[in-house]
Amino acid sequence: MSQATQDTAIRTGRVTRTLIYLVLLLFGLFYLLPLYVMLVNSVKPLEEITGGGMMNLPQVFTIEPWLKAWSSAQIGVDPTGLKPYFWNSIKMVVPAVIVSTILGALNGYVLTKWRFKYDTILFGLMLFACFIPFQIVLIPMARMLGIIGLAGTTWGLALVHVVYGIGFTTLYFRNYYAVFPTELIRAAQIDGAGFFQIFWRILLPSSGPIAVVSIIWQFTNIWNDFLFGASFADANSQPMTVALNNLVQSSTGVKEYNVHFAGAILAAMPTLLVYIVAGRYFVRGLMAGSVKG
Amino acid sequence: MGFLDIDNATKSYGAVEVLHKVDISVQEGEFLVLVGPSGCGKSTLLNMIAGLEEITSGEIRIKDQVMNGVHPSNRNIAMVFQSYALYPNMTVGQNITFGLEMHGVPKPEREKAMQEVAKLLQIEQLLDRKPGQLSGGQRQRVAMGRALVRNPDVFLFDEPLSNLDAKLRVDMRTEIKKLHQNLGTTIVYVTHDQIEAMTLSSRIAVMNGGYVQQLGAPQEIYDTPANIFVATFMGSPAMNVVPAKVTVLNGRPHAEVAVHDGSMAQLPFSQDNLAAWDGREILLGIRPETITDLDGADRKSSNIAQMANRIVVTEPAGSDTFVSMQLGGRDVIARMRSDAEVAPGQDFNFAVNMEKAVAFDPESEMRILP
Amino acid sequence: MAASADADFKTRLQNWIPKLVLSPSLAMMLVFVYGFILFSVYLSFTDSRILPSFGWVGWENYDKLWRLSHWETSLINMGIFASLYIVICTCIGLGLAIFLDQKIRGEGLLRPIYLYPMALSFIVTGTAWKWFLDPGIGLENVMHTWGWTSFEFDWIKNRDYAIYTVVLAAVWQTSGFVMAMFLAGLRGIDNEILRAAQMDGASNWNLYRRIIIPQLRPAFLSAFVILSHLAIKTFDLVIALTGGGPGRATELPATFMYSYTFTRNQMGIGAASATIMLMTIAAIMIPYLYAELREKR
Repeated sequence: MSQATQDTAIRTGRVTRTLIYLVLLLFGLFYLLPLYVMLVNSVKPLEEITGGGMMNLPQVFTIEPWLKAWSSAQIGVDPTGLKPYFWNSIKMVVPAVIVSTILGALNGYVLTKWRFKYDTILFGLMLFACFIPFQIVLIPMARMLGIIGLAGTTWGLALVHVVYGIGFTTLYFRNYYAVFPTELIRAAQIDGAGFFQIFWRILLPSSGPIAVVSIIWQFTNIWNDFLFGASFADANSQPMTVALNNLVQSSTGVKEYNVHFAGAILAAMPTLLVYIVAGRYFVRGLMAGSVKG
Repeated sequence: MGFLDIDNATKSYGAVEVLHKVDISVQEGEFLVLVGPSGCGKSTLLNMIAGLEEITSGEIRIKDQVMNGVHPSNRNIAMVFQSYALYPNMTVGQNITFGLEMHGVPKPEREKAMQEVAKLLQIEQLLDRKPGQLSGGQRQRVAMGRALVRNPDVFLFDEPLSNLDAKLRVDMRTEIKKLHQNLGTTIVYVTHDQIEAMTLSSRIAVMNGGYVQQLGAPQEIYDTPANIFVATFMGSPAMNVVPAKVTVLNGRPHAEVAVHDGSMAQLPFSQDNLAAWDGREILLGIRPETITDLDGADRKSSNIAQMANRIVVTEPAGSDTFVSMQLGGRDVIARMRSDAEVAPGQDFNFAVNMEKAVAFDPESEMRILP
Repeated sequence: MAASADADFKTRLQNWIPKLVLSPSLAMMLVFVYGFILFSVYLSFTDSRILPSFGWVGWENYDKLWRLSHWETSLINMGIFASLYIVICTCIGLGLAIFLDQKIRGEGLLRPIYLYPMALSFIVTGTAWKWFLDPGIGLENVMHTWGWTSFEFDWIKNRDYAIYTVVLAAVWQTSGFVMAMFLAGLRGIDNEILRAAQMDGASNWNLYRRIIIPQLRPAFLSAFVILSHLAIKTFDLVIALTGGGPGRATELPATFMYSYTFTRNQMGIGAASATIMLMTIAAIMIPYLYAELREKR
């Protein structure tokens, strides 16, 4: 998707254009509405919300809900706030993203540049693994994590995310490397470079765009995961999403909507930041990788 | 024993054989061109010499060393690719010396070799640039530099000029030829362009359908093509091939060919060996430049036949004028001097240099004359 | 390059390194995906309750499952949810993409606004919509304080309508992404074809109906595949938005499986429901993947 300078052959009349702008703006409001609601209500005292002022700007501005959501709200049994779970998520996401991206890059390299018999079938199996409903692996995975001693740990969750993320990272890198000129690989072979030298010196330096795609994709997916976190984590290794859900669903005491909203923004912050900073590269990289769609 | 021996080399993918028992022996310093239409197996053969594709059966030897199963980097060969295959993330200098680096050549030596090659190819001012900043011709030079710096036994070129525009292609062609003359290296060069093949090579292997159709010096291939495929593939415009009947008149075999109105022209052959074909059909091959006006006929030829025929279209091309006519029921092109006075629809008296005529067996399509 | 018997060391090394590099991923996939699938399918034929057990019971779990009204509810909900979700997302996505493709000023601003919900967790989306739609504090309450006292919007608390709030939140989250897919498709269409059609006198309406939209076939297909697999996997959104309620009014197969397996200790039935979910996705994905991979060969 390039700039708006893209030449379009379609011409539209003035009335039509006004209508189009109107519709586009309305949808813009629709998409912004929940964010607005979360933002304004996260900086209001509770009474302002319960008093029917959900859509209003705050009369009294307070960051109390944010502080509470971060460090003292009741999550499960302990009043720890979301802080420890935030770090749990980080500890789970970072290794999982790195490992799955590296494996995906190597797999993509092998599947496009060192082809062998049945490689397409293998790739098909990997690809199908991306789309399975994870319910089908929950029970055996829980057993397996217990057997290898990673049940209820952040490392265990990271492992799970690596396993079920490889399909997508492999897909991205495979599609990207498929259009990477094979002659370069051959030239490097004649020059005497080996498998890893070719990867490291020739392929990787050109992989920036697709690495961005893979990292953003994995980061958002793993950060936002709830099912695995809810199924395999114990109270001490829960990721952010599970903790947020516990906070919001807790049935004891008064419902502190402002704290819930602040917590929701905290949980959304990392992926939103990644999206704001690198979203452009994500879309561009997707196009460069000629991912179908 | 040659310098590079291709000995019964066969390549199959599964049950499909794409290259059938190719047998070529290349001498040191020779410039061998593999030419043929796409899919003829020429690039596969080149990749097999390079070691990029495995050889199914047969042998490839360089300097009497069997190369089957030897890694590409250990064959002492260098290759220039169609897309140049310059590493986009490295500078020109790094591109040129990457192979030396991989072979563990120390840095000072690499620098020295790089400078020499850069000087030879006049790319010294480009050494610090990235390939993306270079023009097509410059990339071509860098790709050659990368090959030269290795000082290999054999250079392999895979359609190196096909990505250049027409003018640059001619310049680079001359340059490659000069380089070969100065360095005396052994070159195997793949192209689909028969003009490149003719101008560059010391020998040509014309390939089609996985077979070497003919192997020989350029002029030999041009004058005495082994079969119809080689005859029509080499030369532009292509050789005219028309059905004709052999008739022996006054003891001399003639080709009897129908002109535009159905009447027969009798064109005498220079050789007698077609006498046995008296009364039988053949395919007569006449190169466009051997059909001219009477004034433009080759004076050295001892066998100029005349033929009246009607001109259908004329195409002046500056240096020559191409004239098309109907002969033997087919479109036939003559190549004339540009000042020949011709016009469409005109009945014209053509001169045909039958010394250069070729005849083919219509069944086997193999050459039977000369 | 396959290894040949007389290959030198470097060649042989270079022949097995790629396979070696691929093997950890392959092993993980075979064990954690396909091995686990077999295991779960096997469990669905056993008398597993709180823990896996290996007493073979044949089709009993499936029989029970199909007689559960609870499962029936979740399937009906799935039907409503998936069809509305897919259709609405596709319509909004296509419409916005076409509109955005009209040389719109501010496209650079609108596009990220449409797209950002995709970056959020379904739990965040669910939380935001849960309170916004809550009649006690959300939209209904706001309307009342603004003076429209007869305004009623309690779908999220209403058994008959709660499933539509799940559709609403899910559409909010993914329709922008679908828009991006269609926009990429639109931008890939050759303008010369459009000019030629205009020369032929096609109106804008006909241009889209006859020339452009038919060319977006691949985008439609990708959108359908992605949306349908997302629909079948929908779990977190329901948990955060309605918790499956009110009652069981928004239960979906994914939440059904989870609660039967982990809270009701009916692992055999849970496994059976997971198997049915897998089969449904496989029926959609396998033909698609087969066609895609064959084409790319």
